[in-house]
Amino acid sequence: MIDRRFFLKSSGLALVAGGLLPNVFVKMANAATTRGKKVLVAIFQRGAVDGLNVVVPYGEAAYYAARPTIAIPRDTVLDLDGFFGLHPAFASLVPYFKERSLAFVHAVGSPDATRSHFDAQDFMESGTPGVKTTEDGFLSRALTTKKPPSPLRAVALGTALPRILSGNANAVAMTNIAQFGVRGGISEFESMYPEAFQASRILKAADPTKLQPENSAQYPNNPLGNALKQIAQLIKSDVGLEVAFTDVGGWDTHAAEGGAQGQLANNLRQFSEAIAAFTCDLGSRMGDVVLATMSEFGRTVRENGNRGTDHGHANFMMVVGGGVKGGKVYGAWPGLTNLYENRDVQVTTDFRDVFAELLTKQLGVASLKSVFPGYDPKPRGILA
Amino acid sequence: MKRLAFAAITLLIAAGFSSHSKMTERERAQHALNRLSFGARPGDVDKVLEIGVDRWIAQQLHPESIPDGAVEARLQNMPTLRLSNLEIMDTYYKPIVEARRSVGAAAPGRSAAGEAPAATPEALKAAREKGREVVEDLVSQRIVRAAESERQLNEVMVDFWFNHFNVFIGKGPDRFMLTSYERDTIRPNIWGRFEDLVTATAKSPAMMVYLDNARSRGGAINENYAREIMELHTLGVDGGYTQKDVTELARVFTGWSIDPRTGTFIFRPRMHDSGEKTVLGVHFPAGGGIEEGQKMIHILAHSPAAAHHIALQLCQRLVSDHPPKGLVDGVAKKFLAGDGDLRQTVTAVIESREFWDPSDYRAKVKPPFEFVISAVRAVNATVNNPLPIARALQQIGEPLYGAQPPTGYSDKGDVWINTGALMNRMNFAVALANNQLPGVRASIADPKATALELGSPEFQRQ
Repeated sequence: MIDRRFFLKSSGLALVAGGLLPNVFVKMANAATTRGKKVLVAIFQRGAVDGLNVVVPYGEAAYYAARPTIAIPRDTVLDLDGFFGLHPAFASLVPYFKERSLAFVHAVGSPDATRSHFDAQDFMESGTPGVKTTEDGFLSRALTTKKPPSPLRAVALGTALPRILSGNANAVAMTNIAQFGVRGGISEFESMYPEAFQASRILKAADPTKLQPENSAQYPNNPLGNALKQIAQLIKSDVGLEVAFTDVGGWDTHAAEGGAQGQLANNLRQFSEAIAAFTCDLGSRMGDVVLATMSEFGRTVRENGNRGTDHGHANFMMVVGGGVKGGKVYGAWPGLTNLYENRDVQVTTDFRDVFAELLTKQLGVASLKSVFPGYDPKPRGILA
Repeated sequence: MKRLAFAAITLLIAAGFSSHSKMTERERAQHALNRLSFGARPGDVDKVLEIGVDRWIAQQLHPESIPDGAVEARLQNMPTLRLSNLEIMDTYYKPIVEARRSVGAAAPGRSAAGEAPAATPEALKAAREKGREVVEDLVSQRIVRAAESERQLNEVMVDFWFNHFNVFIGKGPDRFMLTSYERDTIRPNIWGRFEDLVTATAKSPAMMVYLDNARSRGGAINENYAREIMELHTLGVDGGYTQKDVTELARVFTGWSIDPRTGTFIFRPRMHDSGEKTVLGVHFPAGGGIEEGQKMIHILAHSPAAAHHIALQLCQRLVSDHPPKGLVDGVAKKFLAGDGDLRQTVTAVIESREFWDPSDYRAKVKPPFEFVISAVRAVNATVNNPLPIARALQQIGEPLYGAQPPTGYSDKGDVWINTGALMNRMNFAVALANNQLPGVRASIADPKATALELGSPEFQRQ
């Protein structure tokens, strides 16, 4: 597929901007074809990341009034559009925004009012806010609407299968793709767990771990970096991957959150550098891939008594990859003077609207009826 | 909420129930060992039959009556288990803080003038290394006790209640506070009244650090603990409280803090928000103090919502991932009637008809801790070094003390099963059966047959 707008845009920009852009974009422009399946990578920031300190509404005075000690100062934000700016720890992702392959959605979230981490994550992963009886995850439902699968069509990097992939899609959880197999050569295990062995055989044959990061990509040595490095290997080795998922915790910053530096800044740096490495590593192959981030809810607009923030409502999402109409912060901004329950950012975009678009345009899911039952998603035009 | 059985585990879910309309006596003994202990060792079923299933259970419900000298002797080799919170903080945490400060002071861009001689990064590394003794002892004692204690039900309930009042080892200095938390807060209170257990956790330094209450003060509240004590510890998420209740309860708990001179609880009146408050319809006039929090703990611990929440979780742990409503309601009733007496509540679960329903025989998937320890017990392994077992638990997905969210780990079994996890379980079975875990030794005649047994679908269930 050579008509992905990603490359057209990339090549155009590369020509215009010349040497200013990182090499990876030039490489992308040179790639003549893409060959693989389309892949959706989802990252869940568990614990509710403080989106107001990531995609900062630095043009709004109320932001600074509400956060006397933890606001990101105007002179340190990395400007996006004259109103929003990024936390400086996201510097490694700015080139992708400028190159228009990365977009943010702000004031996005779930319509359910819960401030329970557990419930909010559950609702976001089941895809049915407010409904606790849903048995499976929405990514699993999305995949089961499609044609029969590779045993490795859906992989979660982690030890437990996340809620979002539980169900009939036969998703696989693994922590280390190199060790996914049974040692000791006991063949009788195979008749006990045939599906596991089928996945293991495909993986062994493809041998993805021989693929070293390309384009001088440097993955940070942290769990997210290790997970994304392995997801990149799975993508490059063409084992039939369609959905990859991983999660990362440490965002529940009730105390000593920090501002341009500190606790959240350190976590954001680890986070953004892992994603930047992934994007850089995949290079032209990124044309087949869209990576999206999510978190269960945002945090209070006002900082609390411990220079931290408590559980809030709307948050941000980030989308990067082939076909993304990037360089833009999507979503109607509700402002910080008219707050949800007088404390939180209002939700103006339902998270299902964003995923609906990713599922239809990236994964080719024909009908979303069973994916988001009872909900009629409104695509926001984030993907070409 | 029922999860769909996905293809890879159909085998696990479909198999496993007693073929009889009632469990045989032998099945009853096996079932009691499956659910009320960390699995049977060779010969255990016969031993329980000899004592009598009901009598064995009655003994297990009174762990203090069961001699446990062998395990206690083993724990003597873990010196940090006997140190107070303050001693551990002083001996193991302070040197790290000081070394960190010193290294920071020596870093470029900062003046070290007037400060104590800067420690090297090596000094910081050494302090951290020494600090690992505390964590290794903590993890080791839990594994040794689960695998070898005669007070098996006690260890099952320690695991349950620690997880219910979860504190994550990675939060701030909590890795140095969990020794006291488990020993002084959880263990002494799990057979008493629920209210006392809630009070003990509310006042524990580990919990106050984990959920930030130690720093919450009047005019600058932190609502983290107030939310979780209602959502997770007592009422449950549908327990009928509002965001306003969370905020007001946070005000009630302001001033509940840690005294650094003793390493224990202190109420600081000057940090307390002494204004008027209303929580869950209970009004507190201005000028109150510590008694507000005590009163709210009493109300929360005795509420029907809490009774239901605790009953549901106990039934999920001991009976089935999806316990029948009638069972949960019955246990909740016993909880309320017994003033939250936890021994009576657990007894009510065990004495229920549903606990002994043949359809529950070997029907619940073992969470990783149960799987690993039951395998060690099944082969009667000698655990001279528990740390390889701790590492295996990490791989299979349940590192001890490693649940980051306040929810803790799931009490349900089926959430732990997927193809990747099964691979890790098979690999653990192979390693254990072949004596490949350093410091864990078992005499095994046919390693392949043992590996197959421990890795089989049937052994994944309890």
